[in-house]
Amino acid sequence: MTSGWKVGTVSATRTETPTGRSITIDVPGWPGNIAGQHVDVRLTAPDGYQAVRSYSIASVGDDERVQLAVDRLPDGEVSPYLVDDLLPGDQLEFRGPLGGWFVWRPEVGDVVQTEPVQLIGGGSGIVPLIAMIRSHAASANPAKFRLLYSVRSPEDAFFADELASLAGDDLEITWVYTRKAPEGWPMPAHRLTKDQLASASFDVTQNPSVFVCGPTGFVESVASWLVDLGHDPARVKTERFGGA
Amino acid sequence: MVMHVDGNAVAGPLSEIFRADMTQASGECRHCHETTELARADVELDDVGFTLRCRSCTHVLFTVIHTNERTWVDLQGIAGLGLPPFER
Repeated sequence: MTSGWKVGTVSATRTETPTGRSITIDVPGWPGNIAGQHVDVRLTAPDGYQAVRSYSIASVGDDERVQLAVDRLPDGEVSPYLVDDLLPGDQLEFRGPLGGWFVWRPEVGDVVQTEPVQLIGGGSGIVPLIAMIRSHAASANPAKFRLLYSVRSPEDAFFADELASLAGDDLEITWVYTRKAPEGWPMPAHRLTKDQLASASFDVTQNPSVFVCGPTGFVESVASWLVDLGHDPARVKTERFGGA
Repeated sequence: MVMHVDGNAVAGPLSEIFRADMTQASGECRHCHETTELARADVELDDVGFTLRCRSCTHVLFTVIHTNERTWVDLQGIAGLGLPPFER
């Protein structure tokens, strides 16, 4: 747990979707982070007005280089600046890493975490989940991972190329397209349903750890379906970022 | 604008008040006595501060309000907090 603010310098940005991008920042003194943690970002206007927002960290490990991914909220105060205006060399203030609850570690103490891991993300809710996927891929951890990722259209997926390259026996990915499906996709665009959640995710009998992140409404629906399907609420961890 | 989020989103400001990571702390609701991790609380957040509500009975657990002079912490709805053990 680290308190207080640090200054970081943007080293790179990358367009991920029509409304979002990833941002890589060098933060001297950053102690590294566990997959799933977040950071508070503080912006100060020339008149002294300050705004603070929380963003999940996409990167994982001991590095002083931190990657965030941000989606532009239509009436947002901070995200439009981060997505449209921020340039390499710009400085931001950071507090973190924060939160030790919505996290996944390959080992806890000396104990290798072997239970299956079910990740369920909506939109930019993928960000803490990709950190878990990266943490898993970088370790020799034998746990099976599944990702259920709901996006409006193929263009709206963050980290699409990386997810495609990591998909396989250790990471099964199910895509849900809510507005526009790719050409030739077997089903028309639709919102995630309880039946699809049940068929695409690890069964209760496999005792998975479940992580759900996305807009508040998406997380509420998925969390209540998971409990309906028999999952122990204590094994379902959720993170809501507001919005629609 | 008020954002409806959860206890994860206020880990930062809570880290300025408490030494422990409060997303992992458990909180007992004074009203219904449900005890869960604060990460699971229903949170209303804006630039003035935030309110944590019990997800089971919706009563307010606690409120944090920032003014220029002070940060005001009202713990009226919390019957108890469970934190990681520390050296006494």
